Amino acid sequence: MSLGTGDRAGILGRVREALREKAPLKHPAERSAGGEPTTAHFREWLPPVGPSIDEKYALFVKLSEQLRSELLPCPDIAHAAATVSALAQQLSWKTLALHRGSLLDQIAPLLPPELALIYVDAGYDKDALEACDAGITECDLLVAQTGSVCVTSTSAGGRVLSVLPPHHFVLARRSQLVTDLSEAYSTLATRYRENYPSMISFITGPSRTGDIERILVLGAHGPKRLTILLLS
Amino acid sequence: MTALADPPSQQFQVDANRTSSDSPRRKAVRHALSNYQAARDRTGATFTDWKSARAAAATIKHEAVNHLDQYLEEFEKKFTARGGKVFWANDSKQARDYILDLAEEKGVRSIVKSKAMTGEEIHLNEALLEKGYGVVESDLGEYIQQLKGEAPYHFVFPCMHLRRDEISDLFEKELGTAKTDSPEELTMIARRVLRRAYIEADMGISGGNFIVADTGMISITENEGNARLTVGLPKIHVALIGIEKVVPRLGDLALFLPMLATAGTGQHLTGYNSMYGGPRQPGEIDGPDEFHVVFLDNHRTRLLADPEQRDALHCIRCGACLNVCPIFKNIGGHTYGTTYQGPIGSVITPHFRGLEDWKHLSGASSLCGACTETCPVGIDIHHHLLHNRRNAAAQKPAAGEQFLWKAFTFLMKRPALYRLATKFAPLGSLLHPLIARTMVDPVRSWTDTREFPAAPLHSFRAQFKTHQRAQALASNLGGTQ
Amino acid sequence: MRVTLFVPCFIDSLYPNVGMAMVHVLERLGHTVEFPENQTCCGQPPFNSGYWDEARAVASKQIAVFKDAEVILSGSGSCGAMFKVFYPELFHGQPLEAEAKAIAAKTWEFSEFLVNKLGVTDLGARFEGRATFHDGCHGLRELGTKLAPRELLKHVKGLELVEMGEAETCCGFGGTFAVKYPQISTAMAEVKCNSIQETQADYVISNDSSCLMQIGGWLDRNVGSIKCLHLAEVLASR
Repeated sequence: MSLGTGDRAGILGRVREALREKAPLKHPAERSAGGEPTTAHFREWLPPVGPSIDEKYALFVKLSEQLRSELLPCPDIAHAAATVSALAQQLSWKTLALHRGSLLDQIAPLLPPELALIYVDAGYDKDALEACDAGITECDLLVAQTGSVCVTSTSAGGRVLSVLPPHHFVLARRSQLVTDLSEAYSTLATRYRENYPSMISFITGPSRTGDIERILVLGAHGPKRLTILLLS
Repeated sequence: MTALADPPSQQFQVDANRTSSDSPRRKAVRHALSNYQAARDRTGATFTDWKSARAAAATIKHEAVNHLDQYLEEFEKKFTARGGKVFWANDSKQARDYILDLAEEKGVRSIVKSKAMTGEEIHLNEALLEKGYGVVESDLGEYIQQLKGEAPYHFVFPCMHLRRDEISDLFEKELGTAKTDSPEELTMIARRVLRRAYIEADMGISGGNFIVADTGMISITENEGNARLTVGLPKIHVALIGIEKVVPRLGDLALFLPMLATAGTGQHLTGYNSMYGGPRQPGEIDGPDEFHVVFLDNHRTRLLADPEQRDALHCIRCGACLNVCPIFKNIGGHTYGTTYQGPIGSVITPHFRGLEDWKHLSGASSLCGACTETCPVGIDIHHHLLHNRRNAAAQKPAAGEQFLWKAFTFLMKRPALYRLATKFAPLGSLLHPLIARTMVDPVRSWTDTREFPAAPLHSFRAQFKTHQRAQALASNLGGTQ
Repeated sequence: MRVTLFVPCFIDSLYPNVGMAMVHVLERLGHTVEFPENQTCCGQPPFNSGYWDEARAVASKQIAVFKDAEVILSGSGSCGAMFKVFYPELFHGQPLEAEAKAIAAKTWEFSEFLVNKLGVTDLGARFEGRATFHDGCHGLRELGTKLAPRELLKHVKGLELVEMGEAETCCGFGGTFAVKYPQISTAMAEVKCNSIQETQADYVISNDSSCLMQIGGWLDRNVGSIKCLHLAEVLASR
């Protein structure tokens, strides 16, 4: 590459020189027999999540409400499709963006024919995607401790689909609910065998800002509405 | 820029005097921060054990910073294996030049940016604009400040000092939009403008919150989604990040992300936490073709070389110390006159920009310690302000002040002389009103705004002596032992 | 118990009542109060300004003066913190390091001593009035003093204690900061005094006289009606 790598040797040299003098550790953390604080420790200190599925679900429900994420339990795909269709009709939507996926492939045929579906898988026109009324994606995980949806550039139709359209629907299964971020990361590690997608993103509620007088406004740049269609 | 700019310390005094008497502005800032502490405490209280979490965060950061070379190299190896490019920038100029050269080589015309204090640090926008590139800040607060032509007021809340009517007037002036007093409408105005910016940009420049060594990822935290768009849409992504931002393992983020959110904004988790491990990979639908990570040293290695203050590099730029600092709340972010404001800024700026010129920031503190108390990674912030003061005095003692302390020491080492001196205190108090608040008043900087107490006729020593004699007399008279 | 008093320079000259109040409280509890004549200053002013050699010179003297004390009580949170927290740092790697640590180990802030060492919370005090309490920063954050003063004031008959908003926010004294950056210091005093006024208290009590000097200085100039009292003075009232 014509632009070079800069002064790698210089910087590393200065770092090594600086580190020859030891700096004391002022706040020794609780250590297990092994040494450094581990994810097991994190679980002891971070906000608690009950062990049972019901407790995790209850926490996810509670946080979704606080975050203004719409959490809609759906007994089946048909119900999920009906929810999207109803909203599309109510708000006179013209276009819905989505990607190919095991759940989405089932829901697509059940959506109203007058709603134009824009698939991103083979590439997309940025302006066309920007003009979509909504986007629907699948996801990797739901996280109980934080009320988050975890998407990756592999599971959710790339990097942009889940953040550009003003309304983001997520099709998820209850079985995708994990306890906390630690479990999320270890699940992702196993799932992708460390050949990670180029983007992993934890989405926690719709887009928001408090930059103006610290007053909460939703939909700053990302979606103003986040709807999680939760299949059993 | 004036030909003979005032030294930073003088500029600071002038600005601090002005801003600390600007009651409406101080009120707006205090109002903006009024809910912060309650939100932070509420969220912090949901932790089973905040103290241990904090100690762990400090320990992990200690590990990261004290093995920095190892972790930076590990990141580079993993990241470049996925097609990413790493540039090691010694200083501001090298970083700027790299980005400018890259933009030129790739035929970039417009650039969209998400929040990056490193960008402010190296004065990137000025350099880009000078070369004719269109640069738009996408974070709402940064966008507002960019329109206003001002630096960010606070590194997490860039326009916290502005009222909605001021923002409305700004938009009316710069964008031709109608006046409104609705924060929602103002936000939507910015949203509409910025949608175009994301789509049209050839290059997206971001900062980064964490350099994740074991998986070769850059983690970016935000609420608005503007970084997601900045990093998702343009063909080229450049992340400009300080070398100290390392965490050893991806799993460490399970601790750091909640702590960053809690300390920074009182949220359980910020809206979008995204980890980027390379440019668009084979088979992926979208994403930049190129991902350049610019590692910025810019004197961080100087701070690293000071074992006493090395922990200042643990900083995750959450802004909590600013939020609780009474000096920040009264003088505001711009008064500091430098990129990194508040307590942590006052600690690191002398290392980044020179002790001689910037020691005054470490002096302008009452050392209340609220910063240290709130820091989620356990940095000894206010004690480092003391260390900077000591280093400054050792490097170049102020002639007048050194004489003062030598005289002080002379007196205080001689109890008899001290006792004699204190005997004059009541007399001094008697005469002081004659010169109070005048040019010759030695305590004028106090009496200008506050009453100075009058020394009573009898000092404690004198009263205690009397008391002891009375006791002795009483016990003699009482015939007790 | 033999209690040795450390009475900072400004309490000695400007607020002698505070020192005497401490004496009365301790003697009523049956303790012997000592006041070594040769004490002068803890060395905090040059220390805070960065002149640590000078600070050490002054502090060395104090270390000698208090060498034989069993327990050292300070009437000021900031000077107490100097002994307890900063002497070990100041003398780190220096000849008097062990002695400095010894002093630190036996120094107590006044209210902490009463409540946590002596186990006393009710001093039989009486003080009629509505008051609020200001937490001096050094006491609060360097020494961890928060509950002890309130425990003591709870038992003062006739006292109505109301908490102010932002009780833990700095008053703006900060030693030489108050005169080096007087405008900022005054702005901070204004914020603190507004919090005090909002409680509609007639008195503000604190465990640090330097804070009271700052708060009182602003109140006397701008308000006039609210009086400042040191915790010891309230506890000594009958």
